[in-house]
Amino acid sequence: MSAQSDAAASRPGRWQPAVTQDPMLHKHGALGQPVSRIEGPLKVQGKARFAAEFPYEGLCYAALAFSTIARGKITALDTVAAEAAPGVVLVMTHRNAPRMKAPSLMMSSPTAAGASDLPVMQTDEIHWNGQPIAVVLAETQEQADHAASLVKADYAPLPATTSFEEARKTPRQLDNLLGQPPVVEIGDAEAALKGAAVQVDQIYRTPRHNHNAIELHAATVAWTGDELRVHDASQLLDLTAGQLADIFGLDAEKVRVSSPYVGGGFGGKCLWDHQILAGAAAKLAGRPVRIMLSREGVFRIVGGRTLTEQRVALGASADGKLDALIHTGIVAMTTHNSCPEQFTFPARHLYAAKTIRLAQEVADMDMLANTFMRAPGESVGTFALECAIDELASTLGLDPIELRRRIEPEKDPTSGKPFSARHLIDAYDRGAERFGWNRRSATPRQQRDGEWLIGMGCATATYPYHRFPGGAARIRLTADGRVTVSTAVHDMGMGTATAQAQHIAARLGVPLDHVTFEYGDTTLPRGVIAGGSTQTASIGGAVIAATEVFVEELLKLAGNDSPLAGLSLAEVETRDGGIGHRDDTARFESYESILRRAARDELVCEAEAPPPAEMEAFSMHSYGAQFCEVRVSEITGEVRVSRFLGSFDAGRILNAKTATSQFKGGIIMGIGLALTEETNFDPRSGRIVNASLADYHVPVQMDVPAIEILYTDIPDPQAPMGARGIGEIGITGVGAAVANAVYNATGKRIRDLPITLDKLM
Amino acid sequence: MGNALMNFTINGQSVEVEADIRSSLLDLLRNSLGFTGTKKGCDQGACGACTVLVDGERINSCLALAVQYQGRSITTVEGLGTDGNLHPLQEAFVEHDGFQCGYCTPGQLCSAVGMAREIERNIPSVVTADLSADSVAIDERELRERMSGNLCRCGAYNGIIEAISETLVKAPALPQERARA
Repeated sequence: MSAQSDAAASRPGRWQPAVTQDPMLHKHGALGQPVSRIEGPLKVQGKARFAAEFPYEGLCYAALAFSTIARGKITALDTVAAEAAPGVVLVMTHRNAPRMKAPSLMMSSPTAAGASDLPVMQTDEIHWNGQPIAVVLAETQEQADHAASLVKADYAPLPATTSFEEARKTPRQLDNLLGQPPVVEIGDAEAALKGAAVQVDQIYRTPRHNHNAIELHAATVAWTGDELRVHDASQLLDLTAGQLADIFGLDAEKVRVSSPYVGGGFGGKCLWDHQILAGAAAKLAGRPVRIMLSREGVFRIVGGRTLTEQRVALGASADGKLDALIHTGIVAMTTHNSCPEQFTFPARHLYAAKTIRLAQEVADMDMLANTFMRAPGESVGTFALECAIDELASTLGLDPIELRRRIEPEKDPTSGKPFSARHLIDAYDRGAERFGWNRRSATPRQQRDGEWLIGMGCATATYPYHRFPGGAARIRLTADGRVTVSTAVHDMGMGTATAQAQHIAARLGVPLDHVTFEYGDTTLPRGVIAGGSTQTASIGGAVIAATEVFVEELLKLAGNDSPLAGLSLAEVETRDGGIGHRDDTARFESYESILRRAARDELVCEAEAPPPAEMEAFSMHSYGAQFCEVRVSEITGEVRVSRFLGSFDAGRILNAKTATSQFKGGIIMGIGLALTEETNFDPRSGRIVNASLADYHVPVQMDVPAIEILYTDIPDPQAPMGARGIGEIGITGVGAAVANAVYNATGKRIRDLPITLDKLM
Repeated sequence: MGNALMNFTINGQSVEVEADIRSSLLDLLRNSLGFTGTKKGCDQGACGACTVLVDGERINSCLALAVQYQGRSITTVEGLGTDGNLHPLQEAFVEHDGFQCGYCTPGQLCSAVGMAREIERNIPSVVTADLSADSVAIDERELRERMSGNLCRCGAYNGIIEAISETLVKAPALPQERARA
């Protein structure tokens, strides 16, 4: 902190996180406008090239064979028939795979990217049902698929923990929960609960989920000497490149990974075994390799969200004030991954309570590594917490929004830090008015249309703000006044490229059509990952830093003959395609003019974002109020979501069109979480039994009503651009809003997701 | 199992190609012919990303054995419009943000074009109330039902219906987005 402050103090006008505000905070221009996606015309013509679509001379196609036991050793692996099959180039198993280092576990170091730290195809050991045991390369995909079906394995099974009920008998305490304490205790919450006038104490369960991006995981991989080129579908480019270099024993600069288009990520498009296996097989065969997993393959080797069992206990006085807030529970996990599904995070920041107890444990199982999926923790944590709040409101005879008004905290309830900005109640009020919340009957089963019972529910959405350090941005200005900003970040459909082009246009004071935003390639300045709704703010931090260097360099170039002579960073602003004095409109010079007089063709500046001190000083979160109306058939138990409205407080919105789509997309995934989605894990064998899109039910067009989106658009004074990130908050609170609406319609509390017909019969 | 020489008309052009007789139409398009606009999402007819038009009718090309489609006229997304001359539905998808990642988009577009033809031919759907009517009454519910074979995991469903409703099949519009209350 002090080094940072000293450096900033020596350069007045520079953004100091937690001390000064981004000068862009109240500047508009192109920011916020509903600009259509820049890459839209390419995508609607099918011209956006995804990972499996890069042609190479001599390319061969990969197929995988998977283990059918959960734990043990391979005793025999018969590849003779596969090797003899037409078109087969190579069969790779643990016996002939190149020696490779195991991946390092994500977050174990700033450069680690492993979703698991198990070695990949190096031994005869099996760790989960579905682990790859062979890679077949062939001239065509058909030949590879056929040959992979001919690989036969025998196993010596070892006892495997594939039942959650068994695993939970010996729970493991976590050292930390993504850097936060796994247990938070303020006062004696159990005693306060016992003594409270009103109590709610319930168990909530959520099942496993899979991301199921429509693009299958794929990579096209080619070696040139000891240089590795990977066309990946990735939301963590630089980490993937660094990790692959480590695995193959290469210098980091020998690996180039690019991923300009990604067919959906949601936390799933990270580094899994398939990229590593494709790299190894390509090396062994001496040919470029394309690997595209089958949908079953995605379920077998790309982890999803784990299951949770959560207890929420609320003790309240008659006026609704919380005496006790308890949120505890357990999730299934493995000993070789690092995603604890942090479902207790929402309760750390949402409500005021006299006593608090939050704790979560894990039950280790022999299964594929579970991983981060859209709003890990918050998506399922808000289901339990927000259902319990609704139950408390019913018990107290209070409107659930009024209850939340009464427990709205003044500062962060567990850290004690001030909120950077919090307008949750405002979001509720706007949403309630627009949704017609006052038409809801407090008593269930009051509204009916033939066989259909109709009900309304609401719930709080919340997701933390994060800004990752380490990202850099480069600005290149050319003599024609155009700018290109480059950083190795990602756009999996979030709208990054479009929103950042708008941001850069506004920040540098140039028209949108003068801006090129380069991303998606590790040859660019180091970027941050696309995860945790962090990318927008993290890019913002890097672009701020690069802009400061850019302006200072231009002031130097301008020299003594410029109207800007003698001015410093703190005295100027970017505007109208150049730099001007903040208060004196006459003192201005255009970028083109500065370059021309300095006889320069271009100016290139690069800088790294300052450390995220704002996260240390403030409690920073986005909030929202989710409103749902359901119709439930009294005959079949079928639930239809007939209306949905999300009212968000997510800071400044950078693009009204793409942001609205992001919020809606999260809500739709939340409707799936509420009603249909469940990865079925066979507790006897540890095998996922519904490994297809026919058996894993994501919401379809008919399941989704016209969704309405509102947002406060109030800038967060501590965040770059005032924007807090919006990728994940949309899914949070949706499960509870639907469940609470189902209760209002039917009088039945379903505490076990998904809310399928059988649970309502 | 061997290769066969096959003939098709793809996007108006005659195409001759030698390919594995086990090839699906989808793999033939993507791997043998370089029409990578058509996407693979499940390879079992569950997601619709591979939808193409065959003589104007929409099919899942992953479920079609290429060798059985010889001599037929196949339209992929590459045949719907060109740079500077996009199909109105393509323009409307951009305008209404009928996609995010863009991976299911080619299938959505081809499916919508095929669906519009089905409606022209008065083919009912499972939600059609009056099966004896001279022309099927089309509303938003009909469009949603008829587009439910095309999954979009990013959740661009509202924008897709708005785009179709504006260009191909008039249906009562969805409520307009309200940016701020």
